[in-house]
Amino acid sequence: MIKRLATLAASLALVMGPQLTAHAQAKKEIIWWHAMSGALNDWVNDVAADFNKRQSEYVVVPVFKGTYPEAMTAAIAAFRAGQAPHILQVFEVGTATMMASKGVVVPVSKVMTDNGYKFNPASYIPAVSGYYTAPTGEMMSFPFNSSTTVTWLNLDALKAAGVSTEKLPTTWPEIQAIAKKLKDSGHKCPMTTAWQGWTQLESFSTWHNTELATQGNGMSGPNARLFANSPLHVRHIDNLAKMAKDGLFVYKGRGSAPSPSFESGECAISFNSSAAYAGIAKNAKFKFAVTTLPYYPDVAGAPQNTIIGGASLWVMSGKPAADYKGVGAFFNYLSDAKVQSDNHMRTGYLPVTLESFKLTEDSGFYKKNPGTDVSVNQMIRKTTDKSRGIRLGNYVQIRTIMDEELEQVWAGKKTAQQALDDVTKRGNALLEKFDATNK
Amino acid sequence: MSQKTEILFKSRWLPWALVAPQGIIVLVFFFWPAGQALVNSFQESDAFGMSVQWVGIKNFYALFTNPAYWYSFKITAIFSVLVAVIGIGLALILAVFADRVVRATIIYRSLIIWPYAVAPAVAGILWLFLFSPSVGVVARSLEAIGVQWNSLLNSDHAMALIVIASVWKQISYNFLFFLAGLQSIPKSLIEASMLDGAGPWRRFWSIQLPLLSPVFFFLLVINIVYAFFDTFGIIDATTQGGPGKETEILVYKVYFDGFKALDLGSSAAQSVILMTIVILLTALQFKFIDKKVNY
Repeated sequence: MIKRLATLAASLALVMGPQLTAHAQAKKEIIWWHAMSGALNDWVNDVAADFNKRQSEYVVVPVFKGTYPEAMTAAIAAFRAGQAPHILQVFEVGTATMMASKGVVVPVSKVMTDNGYKFNPASYIPAVSGYYTAPTGEMMSFPFNSSTTVTWLNLDALKAAGVSTEKLPTTWPEIQAIAKKLKDSGHKCPMTTAWQGWTQLESFSTWHNTELATQGNGMSGPNARLFANSPLHVRHIDNLAKMAKDGLFVYKGRGSAPSPSFESGECAISFNSSAAYAGIAKNAKFKFAVTTLPYYPDVAGAPQNTIIGGASLWVMSGKPAADYKGVGAFFNYLSDAKVQSDNHMRTGYLPVTLESFKLTEDSGFYKKNPGTDVSVNQMIRKTTDKSRGIRLGNYVQIRTIMDEELEQVWAGKKTAQQALDDVTKRGNALLEKFDATNK
Repeated sequence: MSQKTEILFKSRWLPWALVAPQGIIVLVFFFWPAGQALVNSFQESDAFGMSVQWVGIKNFYALFTNPAYWYSFKITAIFSVLVAVIGIGLALILAVFADRVVRATIIYRSLIIWPYAVAPAVAGILWLFLFSPSVGVVARSLEAIGVQWNSLLNSDHAMALIVIASVWKQISYNFLFFLAGLQSIPKSLIEASMLDGAGPWRRFWSIQLPLLSPVFFFLLVINIVYAFFDTFGIIDATTQGGPGKETEILVYKVYFDGFKALDLGSSAAQSVILMTIVILLTALQFKFIDKKVNY
C-alpha cells in the first residue's frame, strides 16, 4: 500500500512538477525523521537549514514524526515496506532494540570512515559515546541530543522555609531534612520526581556505582538480568516510601508529567532531566537552582556519574552508497565543536564532545548562567563498568513495569522489597523473551 | 429477496458494480488488516521483521497463562459494565424528561447531543483537567468536602475518572436512541392508560419501559463494544493504564504491547481475541434483534 502510494506520488510529481523534480535531482535529499516538538522542532529545522546552506550537494530534510515511540514505530513500519528514512532519531531506551536488529542499521563509525571523514570516538564524553558503542567498540549511532538527571530547587520556597541556600544539598539526608523543614512550614509538596525509573533507579544506580542489571547493566554483553532488588535499591525506595507517607514526597505522575508542578511553584524540589531547563526558565516565576542528584554518603564509590537520556541518530540500511556520503557529510557537520557548543547553549542538551564543552566554558557561558554546567560535570567523569549506561532489551516495557510497581509503593500497597522483587521478576521475564527472539 | 433484485436490475454486472466501492473499502481497510493480524498472531518476530518465526499458538498460550492478561479482562469487564449501566441509565432518565419537555425542546436536545461530537482524547483531557489533583475544579471541591482525590495513585479514583469521561461521551448517543424509541410509542397507548388513571410513573413502568426493551438490548451491545474499543483515546489521555495496571483495558494493552513495546506477535494475538469477542457480540445482537424487534 505504502509502496503504491509512493509510486502514485512519484508519478504525480512527474506530471505536475517538472521544475520541482529537476531541482531535486540537482541536490541529493537526505531524509531525517525526528521526534522534536515545539521549540526543539525549530532547533532541528535550523540545524538542517544551516547544513544545507553550507554546502550545495545535499539537502537534509527533517520530518517531524511525533513522540519518540511514535517516530520509532513509524520507522519500523516504513522499514518493513522498504521506505525507511536515511536518518532516524531514536530515544535512549530504544538503543538495545536498534542494536539487536541486525542488518537494519549501518554503524555510524562505518558511515564516517567509508566516506573519508575522521571519526574519533575518544573525543566524545565517555558516558555519552559509551552508551551508543557496541561491546566490540564500534560506535553504532550518533549522539545527537543527550540530557541527564539533575535536582531542581525552588530557592524562594527554600528561603521561606528557613533553609539556607548558600550551599546547595548534595546528599539524601540533606534533602530529607530540607523536605521536612518545607513540610513543617506548611508546604504542600516539598519534593517530587519526574521519570521515576530513570532518576530513582537507573541514574541512582550509576551515581552509586551499583549495578541495576548484570553484565554491566547489559553494556558488556548479552543475557543481562535485572538486579533492581539489591539492598541499596530497597533502602532507597523504602526511604522514598516513608517520605511519601509523611507527605514529604508527593507523586505527580509518570514521565515528564510532574514538570509543571515544579514550574508552577507547587513542588519545591524536583528530580528531572537537565533538559527541563527550557521549560523552567520560561515558566518559573521564582528563583531556582540546579544541582547534582543527591547520594548516600555512606555508600562507597558514590557519587560516580549519572546516565544520559535523550536520543541518538541511527543510519538506516539499504540506501545507495552515494546517499551515505551525504549522511557522512551531515554527521561531520554535527561533530564540529562550534556547532555542538551552539546547540548545547541553545537547548540545554549536553555538549557531546569534550572540545565543545571546553569551547562553551571559554565563552563564559557557564559563568553567566550558573548551574548550566552541573549536568556536564556530572557526566564527564571517567565511567566504570557499572556506570557506563543501561542497555537492556524490551526496555520501554521494563520502564513501564518500574512505573507500575513504584506506584504501588507510593500508594502503600506494596513494600519497597516486594515491588522491587516484582520489578526484577517481571523485567527478567521480558529480557528472556528478548534474548529468545534476537538470537 | 433474490427475486426482487432480478426485477430491479436487468443487468448482471450492475449490482456488483454498485456494491464494488463499498466492497473494496471493506476488503482493503477491514479484511486485509484483519488477515494480517491473524497471520502475525502465529508469528514471533523482532521489531523490524528481520527474523520471523512461526510459533503456532505460542502467543495465545502465553497470553492465557499470564495472570496480567486475565487481570486486564477483569478490568475491562468492570469498566464496560459500569460504562454501559451508568451510561444507559442516565440517558434513559434524560430521554424521559426530554420527552416531556414542552418548550425549547430543540435547544434542550441539542445541548444533550453535543458531547457526542467531542473526540475521545479531548473528552479525556477535559475530565483530566477537572479532576487533576490540586488544580482541577472538581478535585478541589472534593478536597473541600474532605475527599482526598488522587487518581494518580488511587485505583478507584482512576477508574471513576475514566468511567465518568467515557459515560459523558456516550450519553448523547444513548439519549438519541431512547428519545426516538419513546417518541415512536403510539400516543394512543399512553392516552388510553391515562384514561384508565395511570400516573406518570405507572405509565413509564408498565408501558414505556417494556416497549423500549429492544432499544435497551441494542444499546447494551453498542455500549459494551464502545467501552471495549472506542475508549482508547480517553484512557491514553488520562491514566495510560495506571496506577499500576489498574485501568489497563484490553484494547489499551494491544496498543501498548504492539506500538510501545514492539511485541507485535502478542499484540496481534490480542487483536484476534478482541476480534472474536466483537464477532460474538454482533452475532448475538443480530440473532436477538431478528427475533424481538417488532414494534
